[in-house]
Amino acid sequence: MNWFNLVPFVLLGAIVGLDVVSFPQAMISRPIVAATASAALGGHPGLGLALGATLELIALEMLPFGASRYPEWGSASVVGGAIIAGTPGQTITPTVTSSALVLAVLAALATAWIGGWTMVMLRRLNAVWARRATPILDTGSPRTVDGLQIRGLCADLLRGALLTAIALAVLNPIVDAVIHLWGVPPAQSRAVVVGVSATVAVAAAWKVFHTTKGAPWFFLAGLAAGVALAWAQ
Amino acid sequence: MTEPTRVPRKIWLAMFTRLLAVQGSWNYELLMGNGIAFAAEPGLRLLPETEYREALAREGRYFNCHPYLASIAVGSLVRAELERVPGPKIERFRTALCGPLGSVGDRLIWAGWLPACSLLALVVFGAGAPAWVVVTVFLGLYSAGHLSLRAWGLSTGLDRGMHVAKALAGPVFRRGPDVIARAGALLAGMAIPAALARVVRHGPAPGSAALYVDVVAGVLAGGVLLVRMHGRVDGWRIALVVLAAFVLYAVLRHG
Repeated sequence: MNWFNLVPFVLLGAIVGLDVVSFPQAMISRPIVAATASAALGGHPGLGLALGATLELIALEMLPFGASRYPEWGSASVVGGAIIAGTPGQTITPTVTSSALVLAVLAALATAWIGGWTMVMLRRLNAVWARRATPILDTGSPRTVDGLQIRGLCADLLRGALLTAIALAVLNPIVDAVIHLWGVPPAQSRAVVVGVSATVAVAAAWKVFHTTKGAPWFFLAGLAAGVALAWAQ
Repeated sequence: MTEPTRVPRKIWLAMFTRLLAVQGSWNYELLMGNGIAFAAEPGLRLLPETEYREALAREGRYFNCHPYLASIAVGSLVRAELERVPGPKIERFRTALCGPLGSVGDRLIWAGWLPACSLLALVVFGAGAPAWVVVTVFLGLYSAGHLSLRAWGLSTGLDRGMHVAKALAGPVFRRGPDVIARAGALLAGMAIPAALARVVRHGPAPGSAALYVDVVAGVLAGGVLLVRMHGRVDGWRIALVVLAAFVLYAVLRHG
């Protein structure tokens, strides 16, 4: 993947990074959307969907509650999507696509971790700007109100773009190197990555729903239906 | 209650659009405060210059709530400002709004609607739907919820002003979170084995039924372990470490 090919992914990373908190919070930054869109840019929406679903299972655990710190899934999913779409473009084999899934999930998790930290930094920067503007804000200046808002939005857009660009620049060569050294059969590779994700999802479902009366029974009923659905496929 | 102060449609639209960026300058000093002033500003323009500036300064101070329910806050605060409610009273009302609009929104949206929509999309994925269908189901359903909640919130706030608390006692807010949570639990049960099956059994070089059973058993055992560790460790961090170790194993095995 050359630098010119990265541009659409960086733009997408910027847009979905902005969606996480700043604008419009329509959840296009959720992995199931962002990873699919990113891989679709690379011509492999199906692989992106598998990656998005795997990441979505993990993302269920960390929901964007108020001022809490959480991983930034938007740009991270774009990075994962670019990796999974870019790698099999060279040599499509089951081993390559399965190992790419593992590596894309790992790359997305690492990027989401760093992305969460960049969001905290941005909030601190916004605080500095807000503190400096306080005397003028106290006079009711609409230009200052708008200025702070637009500056914050632009900074967040830039944050997402830089995060995506740096992550892809660093992780793409590593993934390309590791993929040729992969020594685990494809089905087992996929089983490990989706098994780990689903484990996090089970704990997340309990965390989110356990306080609701009757929820465990609904979960068990769903589990039976889900296994039947899986068997029927 | 006094006769509602009507806000022209164009101004309602401007406020609604700005509400989509209400967290644009979210920070640890004012939290969402500047965003509230930003979204309320088109409505405040209906005031004379001096009162407009006083109101805008007031609305830009510290404020926090759920971003979608900020629409209720913006609507009711604009109505209060247009009705010339005394400043100190508006400030007390503003402070009182933060807690309920935060906790109700967190329960209804972050712990309810978002995971439920996400899990439904995973069920659709597990059922074998193509990428565009999965994404459309998720975005269509989620957007219908958050856009209508924001629009309703702004209109309700503008209609009721400082009497908006009654709106939060409606059935959607009282019973909605529990209903959505039960649906979410059902969907979680369905989504996990279905999504697992699609990735493990239907990818290139499909895995055997025995492998699938092993994975489901491992997931349930691992899930129980993670639940017991609840509050002490984040699952996504464990996933990161386990996958990094697995990549290392895969490379060493090749060598």
